[in-house]
Amino acid sequence: MLKVLQSGFYTSIQDIGRFGFREYGVPFSGAMDAYSLKYANAILGNNENDAVIEMTMVGGIFQFTEATVIVISGADMEPKLNDRVAQLNSPINIKAGDILSFGRALKGFRSYLAIKNGFKTPLILRSRSLYKPITESSMIANGDMIQYTGYNEFYHQNASVKYDSSIFSNTLIEAFKGPEFNRLSEIQKATLFNSELKVSSLNNRMAYQLEPLLKNDMGPILTSPVLPGTVQLTPQGNIIVLMRDCQTTGGYPRILQLTEKAINILSQKTTGNTLKIRQKV
Amino acid sequence: MPYNLKFSRFNDRSILIEWPEKIDEKLLEDILNFKNSIIEKISKEKIEVINTYNSILIIYNETIDNINDDILNLKAIYKQKNEEKFISSATWEIPVCYDLEFGLDLEDFSKQKKLSIDDIVRLHSSEIYTVYFIGFLPGFLYLGGLHQKLHFERKSTPKLHIKKGAVAIGGQQTGIYPQNSPGGWHIIGSTPIALFDSRQNPPCRIKAGDKLRFKPVNKSEYLNIESQVAKNLFQFNPTDDNA
Repeated sequence: MLKVLQSGFYTSIQDIGRFGFREYGVPFSGAMDAYSLKYANAILGNNENDAVIEMTMVGGIFQFTEATVIVISGADMEPKLNDRVAQLNSPINIKAGDILSFGRALKGFRSYLAIKNGFKTPLILRSRSLYKPITESSMIANGDMIQYTGYNEFYHQNASVKYDSSIFSNTLIEAFKGPEFNRLSEIQKATLFNSELKVSSLNNRMAYQLEPLLKNDMGPILTSPVLPGTVQLTPQGNIIVLMRDCQTTGGYPRILQLTEKAINILSQKTTGNTLKIRQKV
Repeated sequence: MPYNLKFSRFNDRSILIEWPEKIDEKLLEDILNFKNSIIEKISKEKIEVINTYNSILIIYNETIDNINDDILNLKAIYKQKNEEKFISSATWEIPVCYDLEFGLDLEDFSKQKKLSIDDIVRLHSSEIYTVYFIGFLPGFLYLGGLHQKLHFERKSTPKLHIKKGAVAIGGQQTGIYPQNSPGGWHIIGSTPIALFDSRQNPPCRIKAGDKLRFKPVNKSEYLNIESQVAKNLFQFNPTDDNA
């Protein structure tokens, strides 16, 4: 078991997501930065879909009750294992009783704690990703005990692919044209692609709002499908980028659709960070 | 009658198919026919298909290599699709208590629309509604067929807490809140039925294309059904399921 001594700012269990239930209105959820999830799982020789702990802005403090191997990936929250600096992106052997603590994110916004064979919380609709009301809670809490299977063998790292830390420095993200892209005026299109956009304080697992407003006189559309990465433009001119926990349908014009890589990059950004969007051809 | 459809890339692994932008039962039939043919022809393990009023979104498990090949394949499926009409086999009866205790906005609705509460209940419960799709929240049904006299602009300020089971009207739509959530619709009653249960698979038994009607019940019937639902004893089945 992993004992949650302190849960951190917003900490949840995530795997790759909950697929196959979108026609019932169920969001995908899953790790915001899927690149870091997959990377950490690959280093451990796990399945790509094994569940990890996702920490946001400020990480938590955890105690292990069995020996295992872990990998910490994503944002650098200055992790410490029993008060000694712990390496990112490489396997760390854990003994029963060890305490792992995280601080505030220095670079990036979301950090991932992956464990050999994944966390074994209940599967609900084929996924362990926390999302209320599919699961009872959206977050883990102080005192929670999170199940995993202990691992005592000496761990050999098979893959040695380097972690691509450009995910933090990258400020140019790519997007396809959205279904309503052609309803934008030429001025709107130019503004969208030439402006520096700033992440507003309204950013979470459901959506990231970008500033400034994009002057707009387009009305709403007939409620239509949306996906993580769909960029909506509201009648007031708000640019809203839907993220992993987004609802399945929406009524605002879908002007752009971020690539998977762009969603991962945006997931590591926080309030005040700036970026530009480039059209993917 | 085949429609002139628009096929386009949505992202790295999704294709969007669009019909003319309108709410229409004929169009829904065409969409659901096509949706069923796609699921039949391409294994359900490889794709996820969702529909709305005038679109189908196909989400593939893997990145699309050559989008033109996939679009050609989909166009061929549309051409050959089963021309038999999609006939909904299920009509669901939703018990609703319209007492003022549950219909929190009924009095206000009645005043503003100059309709008696009895008229509102009668008009709301005499129509047969069509389920176009599920979206917004897990288990939220988009229903067509609300009587024109009941159309009522949604509130300018949404309420923060609407209780699970609330039956409400917003604009030209009526719906049931499947979970506690914020919302801007006018609440006219409540159902004790749970529309969505993430411990079941599928988590929602009502699906796109099904029919639905609201059956008025009094408070004691409501409480009786509620306790049966809580004990898992309530038989919630479509009334004329020929499938």
